[in-house]
Amino acid sequence: MTQLTMTKVIATKQITLSHIDKTYLVGEKPLHVLNDISLSIEAGEYISIMGPSGSGKSTLLNMIGLLDRVDNGSLVLENTETTVLTEEQRAKLRRNSLGFIFQNFQLISRLTALENAELPLVLAGVDANKRSEIVTELFESLGLADRLQHLPKQLSGGQLQRVAIARAMVMSPKILLADEPTGNLDQKSGKEVVGVLEELNRQGITLIMVTHDHELGARANRQLQMVDGVIVADSATCIEIGTNK
Amino acid sequence: MKWRDSWRFSAQVLLRHKTRTALLSFAVAIGVCSVLLLTSVGEGARHYVSKEFASLGSDILIILPGKKETSGGSIPFYSTTPRDLTIEDAQAVKHLSSVKSVAPVIAGTALVSHKNKSREVIAIGSTQDFLKVRNLTLSHGRGFSQKSADLAESICIIGAQLKDDLFGQQKAMGQWLKIAERRYRVVGILEQRGESLGLDMRDMVIIPIRSAESLFNSPALFRILIALKPRQDESLTEQRILSLIKKRHDNEEDITIVSQNAMMSSFDRISNFLTVAIGVIASISLVVAGFLIMNVSYISVSKRQQEIGLLKAIGATATEVRVIFLTESALLIGLGVCLGLAAGYTIAALFNQFIASFVLIIPWWAALASGLMSFVIGLLFTWLPAAKAASQDPVSAMRGN
Ligand SMILES: Nc1ncnc2c1ncn2[C@@H]1O[C@H](COP(=O)(O)OP(=O)(O)O)[C@@H](O)[C@H]1O
Ligand SMILES: [Mg+2]
Repeated sequence: MTQLTMTKVIATKQITLSHIDKTYLVGEKPLHVLNDISLSIEAGEYISIMGPSGSGKSTLLNMIGLLDRVDNGSLVLENTETTVLTEEQRAKLRRNSLGFIFQNFQLISRLTALENAELPLVLAGVDANKRSEIVTELFESLGLADRLQHLPKQLSGGQLQRVAIARAMVMSPKILLADEPTGNLDQKSGKEVVGVLEELNRQGITLIMVTHDHELGARANRQLQMVDGVIVADSATCIEIGTNK
Repeated sequence: MKWRDSWRFSAQVLLRHKTRTALLSFAVAIGVCSVLLLTSVGEGARHYVSKEFASLGSDILIILPGKKETSGGSIPFYSTTPRDLTIEDAQAVKHLSSVKSVAPVIAGTALVSHKNKSREVIAIGSTQDFLKVRNLTLSHGRGFSQKSADLAESICIIGAQLKDDLFGQQKAMGQWLKIAERRYRVVGILEQRGESLGLDMRDMVIIPIRSAESLFNSPALFRILIALKPRQDESLTEQRILSLIKKRHDNEEDITIVSQNAMMSSFDRISNFLTVAIGVIASISLVVAGFLIMNVSYISVSKRQQEIGLLKAIGATATEVRVIFLTESALLIGLGVCLGLAAGYTIAALFNQFIASFVLIIPWWAALASGLMSFVIGLLFTWLPAAKAASQDPVSAMRGN
């Protein structure tokens, strides 16, 4: 492939996926979860990814978040071709440029809200004083100022997801990826959480959110529809893309 | 990630999962403690017996009447009865230049009595040198003079227990007692010292050699104890004694010489073997504990795949994940090893406090080996699952496969 030469061509985009394939082996049978996906995203976009369950939305988001490896194709983040990076370089890129929000929060139960949120800073080797300064400020803006020392089991779902957002934001990433962030929340706290994410997007961060809530998905500036590992609709291009195997 | 932070992170895991921490560190502690105690029994036994041998004094030769066949004698068939060892034989040996002192010994049992109390004890006939050779000291009196042995004086030295049995709290020195209907005056009391090579010295009476000769009505010696001068060639002296006695016994080699050092070294071999054998048993117990550590670590790391996946998702490298889990494991094992060492040394100290007849001695190598082994096994079996989980992509780890 000519992955490396592409790097220059799409240099203006923040995220560029070209001909991405991903296949999982389910028993003996290969399952094509992503089929020749190409997509480019500019800095500051607000994108929703919708589609039926099992269509590959999470897999696609995981690829962009460098939580999984593509089988084929090229994935360029911030002018860096990620498919050729070492494990350690990918980890550094995740730490510095990407924030990830999960449907089930993924907080560590023994750690307090503060300790959970500061983990990326701990990994990055930031001083304890500086860490609590950053987290305290974020918690204040997220309405969690009095929850610093609470354990996850002492917090509501909405609060847990806001702690997770704080954790995703402590390194001031440029891209925020959210996989069904409201999936485990009631409507009210779901709205609150989306409100927080949208506010962050207004401040300049790229927001990519997977959801199967149409009302929620419609709020995004750009909407992607996935079916069977293929992006079948992209509101930015207004082009329906067919499956090409 | 800073060192201080990874230590703090690991310490938090241990502090906030107290049950798990307690169970795991007890597994290590029990392993370490059992290694210490098992080896301390072996080492204690070794010291116990070698102290017994040492109390006999070093550089000691013992002449026994009769030729032991196993010592490779040149006589193919054994002549009727060997010639008796005599006091004169002992005196002749004394003239050898490398010999410091010689104690001829006649031994038998005799009824010893004082007033209405009596006891059947071992009676030893010897000279004052007997005390020197066997490292015995007197708590009262001065014992025999050089002459008293030759003159068959009616005097005796008694063991501490015998003194108590016959005289109770009363003064024994200068008193008369009866040995097989003959009267002897007490001129010395042995210091309380317990057993020496199976002979209970506290329960014994010693009389001059010539007195014993007439008491038992036989000049035949039970054995001759010889102490060498310092830094003498033992085997050379043995040869000289052999040929000297041979000459005196019509050219018949009819004695056996046992050397203290030879006994000691064969004993050392046995006891070293014993200690090593016990160490092996102990190592097995540690391996068993290691197995437990392995299983619990393996399971607990697998249960925390999600955490590993999350750490990786928020930017931890595989190396950082391994460091985190190894640090945690090292802390846990360190805790277990400290607990085990403390328990082992405390139990040994308590045992030694309350049981006087046997001393538990924990060998330093057992403490070192058990500590090291705990770390090696524990870290290895943390490393294996942690490294496997850490090398996966975050999603795979989070999914837990
Ligand atoms: N690690 C995996 N191994 C096997 N199959 C997987 C794996 N991850 C995802 N899949 C399968 O891939 C398909 C798409 O999954 P996913 O991206 O989670 O879908 P969505 O998020 O759109 O519901 C599903 O059929 C799922 O079972
Ligand atoms: Mg999904």
